[in-house]
Amino acid sequence: INMENQGATADPQLQQFIEIESQKQRFQQLVHQMTEVCWEKYMDKPGPKLDSRTEICFVNCVERFIDTSQFILNRLEQTQRSKVSFSESMSE
Amino acid sequence: MDGFGSDFSLGAGSGKMDTGTIMEQVKVQIAVANAQELLQRMTDKCFKKCIGKPGGTLDNSEQKCIFMFMDRYMDAWNTVSRAYNSRLQRERARI
Repeated sequence: INMENQGATADPQLQQFIEIESQKQRFQQLVHQMTEVCWEKYMDKPGPKLDSRTEICFVNCVERFIDTSQFILNRLEQTQRSKVSFSESMSE
Repeated sequence: MDGFGSDFSLGAGSGKMDTGTIMEQVKVQIAVANAQELLQRMTDKCFKKCIGKPGGTLDNSEQKCIFMFMDRYMDAWNTVSRAYNSRLQRERARI
């Protein structure tokens, strides 16, 4: 949600509201995404309810998904940093 | 580049749109978007799992399957939401 061109940033209350709602939205989006991904892994035959084993699977799935995301981010940052120092040494 | 901003007086003068109104409208839009997202993904999953060869109507077993998958999908969604929330709390506690 970008309201910078509308003079709305003059209102700090609105600005804070937008930040909070954006954060909530990012959370929701990730829940949607992880539910879908984890569902694919576990739900061949649904039962009358989600048994505790499947629940644990979903929890593990969420944790590993986030771990994967962080892992990738860290690796990309490392790669970027080494690229930067390479190009710096080239320009000297 | 302020072409948009110069004509759009959101906060100027007596024509001010109430901040509370804006906030309410945004909340509604977000809620609607979330519901649509959920509906779309749920429909996709239920359809894939329950409807083998699409016939002329949804027969009884297909309908039962859809209902069951809907419930399971909501259970899964809630489980994921809780798990993600816990993870976020833990991450914040570390900082």
